[in-house]
Amino acid sequence: MSLKPTGRARRLSPFWRFLPFWLPAFILYSLFIVWPLLNAVSYSLFEWQGLKRGAFTGLSNFARLFQEPWRSDLWTAFWHNILFFIGTMLVQNTIALFFAVILNNLKRGSRFFQNLFFMPHLLATVLVGFLWNLILNPLFGPLNKALRAIGLDALAQPWLGQPETALPSIIAVNAWAWLGFPMMLFLANLGSIPASYLEAARLDNANDWQIFRFIQLPLLRPSLIIVTVMTFIGNFNAFELIFVMAGSNGSPGGATDVLGTLFYRTAFGTGQDAISMGSSLAVMMFGFIALTSFVFLRIARRGEVTYD
Amino acid sequence: MTKRTPLAVTKTVLIYTILVAYGLTVVYPVFLMVLSSFKSTREIFASPFALPQSWSFQNYVEAWGKGNFSTYFGNSVFVTATALVLVLILGSLAAYPLGRYAFKGKQFLMIYFLAGLMLPIRLGILPLFFLMKNLHLLNTPWSLILIYTSSGLPFTIFVLANFFETLPKELEEAARLDGASEFRIYWQVMLPLIRPALATVAIFNFIPWWNDFFFPLIFIRAEKYKTLPLGLFSFFGEHQNNWALLFSGLTITALPLLILYLFASKQIIKGLTSGALK
Repeated sequence: MSLKPTGRARRLSPFWRFLPFWLPAFILYSLFIVWPLLNAVSYSLFEWQGLKRGAFTGLSNFARLFQEPWRSDLWTAFWHNILFFIGTMLVQNTIALFFAVILNNLKRGSRFFQNLFFMPHLLATVLVGFLWNLILNPLFGPLNKALRAIGLDALAQPWLGQPETALPSIIAVNAWAWLGFPMMLFLANLGSIPASYLEAARLDNANDWQIFRFIQLPLLRPSLIIVTVMTFIGNFNAFELIFVMAGSNGSPGGATDVLGTLFYRTAFGTGQDAISMGSSLAVMMFGFIALTSFVFLRIARRGEVTYD
Repeated sequence: MTKRTPLAVTKTVLIYTILVAYGLTVVYPVFLMVLSSFKSTREIFASPFALPQSWSFQNYVEAWGKGNFSTYFGNSVFVTATALVLVLILGSLAAYPLGRYAFKGKQFLMIYFLAGLMLPIRLGILPLFFLMKNLHLLNTPWSLILIYTSSGLPFTIFVLANFFETLPKELEEAARLDGASEFRIYWQVMLPLIRPALATVAIFNFIPWWNDFFFPLIFIRAEKYKTLPLGLFSFFGEHQNNWALLFSGLTITALPLLILYLFASKQIIKGLTSGALK
């Protein structure tokens, strides 16, 4: 009884024998993912005149990003991304954690509320943006109409039209759409905490807050780390929602401009150096996101807690 | 064990109040969207919260026909379905040797594919744009199909290879004794066994593709190739003041996934969060 392949097949290692299996995926992935990303790096190192590649310029495109007219746009957009991230952590992820803890303990209807809260995540970002554009419309939008109807006229504002409220409104809309996602990750993490820990604490007369603070929260570290990194990466790649709700310029007056919209304007705008500057910006964003996530993960993963 | 003290009752009431309040925050905008899609624009402005005076499908007829939503819908179905078939076939083909065999070069292939889990392909959009242009794929559904398939491969291969690995060796040995080729073992023995993983991967890939706006925005100009999200975008540009029409366009875009969610919420949540829980 021989299980070994015979003839030609025996001489070939599985690497070659299975070539027809992995090669199609390899080609597609190399051509449409790896090659463009490598090219983005190479584009950023050259001078470009429209579609014509000029001389090799090393890192000077990157240096130009830090000079006017790019500098102020870059910092504004970057700062808005930071605000987007902080706002999302504070609003979306904190509320998501709150709901996860509540739903984890809930005797009846937990599944129902989970499904309900996750639902907006299924809606396309464009759809979410446009739907809220209509709801937040200063004149005809249902939100302001409702506020006026109950006598809160002072609160009825052009939410997306003024610099102070535009970015917070978009952060809130984004949180509305995303909240269920971190919530489910927290719930999965909470579900893996042995019930005996909580029972022991309850026997010691610990109250809900103490149970959360001293037992659940330390053990939630893995999901807190994942959610933080995903929020960070997601917020620094944010584009669609801003583009739909505030246009490619991040209106009003750039108050909602982020790196994603800045990149879009740069790369697909009319500038002569769209390719060099767009690529440099892309490469720098990638470097920043990758480096920050990596450093954060290294620090955060140190000293994870177990009680076993 | 729970003591029904007044405090405990108050707490329960408070918790359910909060949950219901947030539930309304989630549902009401969507409800309002569907409700408004049956009204006329004048009615939306005059009485935004009332039920429609008459349930008219006029807006839908107009959006679906003149508004081109039938075209957008067809394109979305074609693009996502084709990409899904491709990613499942090519992904499982590549995952099969990676999950079932130990061999020289496997490590390299694994790392090479898995790197894609971390690469933000959007940042390569400029070179990708020129690549599509040179391949004469720009402004065709194939640009979308190919980028979706390629970007879906790393996760698909990762999940399926892990799943293949867990299947017992004895399964294929019988087939091998009968002289079945590797391809037959893969196709007839292994593939049916990894169906649960295929479903998870399918959901994980399909929903973001269906909702994607970024790649169509960059790749597609022609009206006849627009997918739903991009179609919705141009629709909004064209009918800015016709809110009745806008709301019906939104509803048409939202409906397919919402209906699917109604029947398969558990699988959908599991599929979508599987990337983060791995």
